[in-house]
Order: sequence, then C-alpha cells, then structure tokens
Amino acid sequence: MEEYAIETKELTKVFGDFVSVDHVSFKVRTGEVFGFLGPNGAGKTTTIRMLCTLSRPTEGSATVAGYDIVKQDGKVRENIGLVSEKMIMYDQLTARENLKIFGKLYDIPDDILKQRVDELLGLVRMEKWADNRIGTFSTGMKQRINVIRTLINRPKILFLDEPTLGLDPQSSREIRDIIQKINEENGTTIILTTHMMEEADRLSDRVAIIDKGKIVALDTPANLKKMVSGSDTTVLELDIPNLSEAIIAGLRSLPDVRAVSTTEETRIKVQAKGENAFDDIVDAVRKAGGKIRTVKNLEPTLEDVFLHITGREVREQVMDKVQERGHKHGPGPRAGSHSRGR
Amino acid sequence: MAVRKVLKHSAWIAYKDLLEFSRSRMRLVMLILMPLFMMVMIGYMFPSGNTLKHTPVAIANLDEGYNNTSYGETFMAQLEMVNDKTDMMDLHKVDDYEAIKTRIQDGEVNGGIIIPANFSKALATGERGEITIITDQSNPQLSMTLQGILTATIDQMGTQKAMGTLNITYNVSMNSTMATIKPYKVQTRGIVPGNPNYFEFIAPGMMAMVVMMSLMTGLPHAISYEKDIGTMDGLLVAPISRLSIILGKVMAQTTLGMVQGLLILVLAMALFGVVVYGSILLVILLLLLIVFSFVGLGILITSFTDNEQTASMIMMTLMFPMMFMSGVFFPLQQMPWFMQYIARCLPLTYATSAMRKVVVLGADMPSIMTEVTILLVFGVVMLAIAVPMFKKAMSR
Repeated sequence: MEEYAIETKELTKVFGDFVSVDHVSFKVRTGEVFGFLGPNGAGKTTTIRMLCTLSRPTEGSATVAGYDIVKQDGKVRENIGLVSEKMIMYDQLTARENLKIFGKLYDIPDDILKQRVDELLGLVRMEKWADNRIGTFSTGMKQRINVIRTLINRPKILFLDEPTLGLDPQSSREIRDIIQKINEENGTTIILTTHMMEEADRLSDRVAIIDKGKIVALDTPANLKKMVSGSDTTVLELDIPNLSEAIIAGLRSLPDVRAVSTTEETRIKVQAKGENAFDDIVDAVRKAGGKIRTVKNLEPTLEDVFLHITGREVREQVMDKVQERGHKHGPGPRAGSHSRGR
Repeated sequence: MAVRKVLKHSAWIAYKDLLEFSRSRMRLVMLILMPLFMMVMIGYMFPSGNTLKHTPVAIANLDEGYNNTSYGETFMAQLEMVNDKTDMMDLHKVDDYEAIKTRIQDGEVNGGIIIPANFSKALATGERGEITIITDQSNPQLSMTLQGILTATIDQMGTQKAMGTLNITYNVSMNSTMATIKPYKVQTRGIVPGNPNYFEFIAPGMMAMVVMMSLMTGLPHAISYEKDIGTMDGLLVAPISRLSIILGKVMAQTTLGMVQGLLILVLAMALFGVVVYGSILLVILLLLLIVFSFVGLGILITSFTDNEQTASMIMMTLMFPMMFMSGVFFPLQQMPWFMQYIARCLPLTYATSAMRKVVVLGADMPSIMTEVTILLVFGVVMLAIAVPMFKKAMSR
C-alpha cells in the first residue's frame, strides 16, 4: 500500500479569471483523517472535486490511491467515495434501492451487494426504514444513508464535503461517530471539509487551513493551536453586562488587539498580542465605561488559529451556506451569533 | 467485454430513471394524457375540408322582380332548401350591402350573399343572373371555405335550373340534360380504401413528433435535472463510462417516447378511426429509427446546457419550428417556397413523411428508402458530433 493516499503537486483550478485553487501541494497519508478548514470560496470544494475527477485541474497534477487524477480517472473512481454538499440520492427511491443501484454501478455481484447493503444499513441503524422512500426521511436520516452509500464499494479513500452541514446536533454526532468508525475499523483514508472547528479538531489527524485558494497552514490540530498559544497571543473571553459598540470600538482601536468578536449578548472574545495585552484590554473596557463581570483566559481553538493566520473568521461566511442547503431539520450551528473580524 | 459493461451500467441507470418515473403518479398520468390531449386538440382544431356547420351568413335580396316574377325569391327559397339539408349556414336576411358590411365588422356573420336588383330582369331577358359573395377578410381560412361552398352550391343550383330549362324549352329528356350541361364527370379515389380524414393525416406525424420530443426535451431535461439536484456527481464519480450515463438516459427516454408514440397510434385507431395500412412492425421500427436520428441532437443540446432553465429555452427555440415546419400539421406543399426549403432541412420532415406513407398509404420498406437513409445519416452525423462534445462537457 502506498504511503500517501493523496499527493498533489501545484494543483490549480481557474474559473475565468478567478483562481479558485492556487498551486496547492500537499500529501495525505494512507489511513489518516485529513481536515480541510476554510471559509466559503476558499477552494475546499474545488480541491475535492478535482481529486474526485469531477473537475479537471487547470494546472498541476495529483495522484489519488496512486493513480493520476487525469490520466487514470477510472482507476481513481474505483477507489474513492464522495459525500458532496448536495445529497446524492433519489428521493423517489427507497433507501435500499438507492444503495443497490449505486452498488450495481460498481459491479458488485448480487449476493455480496445484498449482504453489504444490510450490513451498512445496520451500521447506521436504519434497517427499519430500508424500504421507505428517501423523500420521506429527515435530513439526518438522509445523510446517514448518503454516507453509507459511499461505502458500498469499500473505498480506500473517502471524501466528505461538509458532511454535517445543516444537521441537528444529534445527527451531526452520529455522522461523526460513523466517520470515526470507518476510519478506525476499515483503515479508510478520510478527507473532510468542515466549517465546524470542533469537528475538525476532534476528527482530524491533520488539518490544512485553506484561504483564498492557498494552504496557509498544515499540521496536527495540537500543533496548529500551539502556533497561537506559543506566540505571545492571548485569547480572552470577557463578560460585560453593559456591552456597547463604544467598548468594542475602543478595543478595536488598541494596537495590540488582533480581533474582537461577540460570542453571546454580553460576551466578547478578544485576541491580542504582546505582554501588556491583558492590562490594555481591561483598561480599554473600563475607559469606555464597561463593567467587567468575568474574564476567562481561553485555550485557543482552530478558529483562533484561522483568525491568527488570516486575520478573519471562518464562521461568518459559512452561515449562508447552511441556509442554502435549507432543510427542514435543525437550525445551523451557532445560528444567530454574529461576529466581526478585523 | 467493455461494451457489455457499458450496456449493463446504462441499463441500471435506465432502470433507475424509469423506477423514479413510475413512482411519480403525476408524471404517469401526464404520460398518457399528453398524447390524448394533443390528438383531440389538434384533430379538431384544424378545419378539415368543408365541414362548416351553422356558419352565420347574411343574405340581401335586392331583386326588384320583372313582370311580376321574382327569381330572387325563388333563388332564396332554393338556397334555404339546400341549406336545410346540410345545415352549413345560418342565413340572416338583411336589407343591403351596408348591412352585410356592418354585420361582418361586428363579427355577427362570416360572410354575405347579395342578389342584385336586376337579377330577375337579367334572367328573364336571357342573360346570366349575377350573385355576389361577400367574404370576411379577417378570417381567410373560413372565407376560403365559405367561398368554395357557396360557389359550389350556387353552381349546382344553376345546373338544376339549366336542366329544367333544357327539359321544358328544348324538350331534351331529363336523363340527357346532365350530359349536355356537364359532359364530364369527376370521380375521386385513393389508393387505399376509405375516405381520408384529418386524423389519418396528423397521427403519423404526431407519433414521429412525440418520439422526437421525448429525446430532444426529455434527454436534456433528465440530465440537467440530475445536475441541479446534485445526483449527477454520484454517477460521475462512479467507475462507469460517461457513455453509460447518457446511454442509460437515452434508454429511459426512448422507452417513454415509444410508449407515447404507440399510445397515439392506439388512440388514433380506437377513437378516431385511423386504419394502419402498412405493417405495424414497420411502424415500430420506424419509430426506433426516429429515436436514433434524434439521439445525437438531444445529446448535443444536453452538452450545451448547464442547468434546466437553459435547457428548456434552447429546446423551445428548436422545437417550435420543427413542429410546425415539418409537415406534421400542414402539408408542406401549402407553404411558401422558402419555408419548403427550410422544411427539407429538418429531419422531422422525413420522419413524418415516412411514417405517413406507411400508416396511411400502406407503403413498404423500398418506398421509404430515401427517408430512412436521410434519417440514418442525420443520426450518425449528429452522434459523431455530440458524443465527444458530451464527454468534454462532463469533465469540466
């Protein structure tokens, strides 16, 4: 087995005069969970589509499972599975029919296919609903079937593009559990894009932070976070009952403050640099008439890493996408929080 | 081996499409209703020959009489008698030309008849009596028909009058009066028994058209729909040939098109008295040939469209000229010369013509060889252009 499941060299995709993916090179080890983190339009989906042979690179090359994505696209397809942003399922067909038809496209013999379908339905505890039409399912149920659909051919590499987008917390957790299980039990290499920091943090062995078509950082979540905590950056959460725009503006004007964002009605998160950051922040809040109830020194998250590197937040740009998927179940994660980057 | 795999995969995709289709009750109902509607609507919509019923016509008798005889009155009575039998017209008596004009302008009548003031005098003094027919120019089709009917009726009335005159005045026996006035007798006969009816004219063309539509609209629609809902990615990421995807869709659409085409045939035979004089097998083979000749065009449109809306627009633009210019509803010979040239470039023209020859005239294979060859060549050329285009379009 190859050491690397995926290798890209200067992979580039240009749409008109918009460079979606800009000379990206990285390697994904066989058996690892590789997270892509970045805002909308950063090029995550385009990268995945190129690796899945759905889109031809403008420049550069890549191999998936040891096969060239352009010259040996058929071989690549045999070895991969894809959960894309839109669900790949036919609403008028039952769960079992959907799985069967996709299985047939992979030339799986009838007896094995039947057994595998039952096994996969069992994996997500959907046996009871196997003969109901997909159209009658909730988004969470649909996504479970959508995920096991990709496992029908036992792919070596699984691409998951925002697999928990628009799902309720419980369904999200289940999907995450399945992903972990697939990775651990079958040794499947998993490429995951997500906007949920926690998800990327928990699932990924390594995370690539992608912004404006370029990979700006690539390491294990722990190491990435050290980039923030290891530098002289402080992340504080302040609870200010009489929070006002003036306070936020005051904080923003401080030279050592990198970013300010509101997390809840009275709470703000401040990322700042320098030795005197803490004192400066407290002073600035007081000067603007704010009363500080509590101050918490936060462990940096991947969100902070992104902020630290790019100076912007991931979350704000994700919200429209959740609405776009627009399913009836579960509001988007952290809906209603609005945040301000610098 | 590779071919078998491609076919197997496409069969599964076709199966999937048809299964989806069969689950949608609405689409099933439409599949059957569409041909039925088309048949009934088009069959009754176009005027077929001289089948006017109760057409309002104004008549003005201005005849002043001559020597106390009014041939105008006699003419009116005769016309009413003829009309009572056929019910072609509703006759309204009016006073003068102005009244007829107003009534036509108001849309109350579709035409008028004027018996002039000197009608009796002319006839009594050995001249011909003149009858004027007023037409409604805003409705050329109807005017033409009405004009034809009135001319024929009045002509016949004249003949009868002449026969009477000959018999009385010159003592010619009644039997030979006809031979004297109208020595030529015309008889019309087709090469197959029965009277031609309009359904027989349109049914073959409609079969060809429905099959064409299922490919030209159904195919781009089926593919752009899957692109829009995102399932196309699932097919594209599977290790199957791109050809399987399009072939599967073609199979499904062909099935639906054939069902509709044959449904039209059955409806035409059962409800509208259409008789197929040729072989039914040839009809089916011809339908399949039409499928083949339009597959390429369907795929070509598909490759150019990236979403459903564009697909619909392109299809509409192509479909309408095809429908109306290929002789499905009107005979080609009735079109102006340049339209006829355009019509000769449309494959549907040949499909319709071949189908009509087989269904209506009972033609066999050698008689439709030209059409078959043209359709085959068109199909091959289109496929040769379309398949590479499609492959290119699928890997953007």
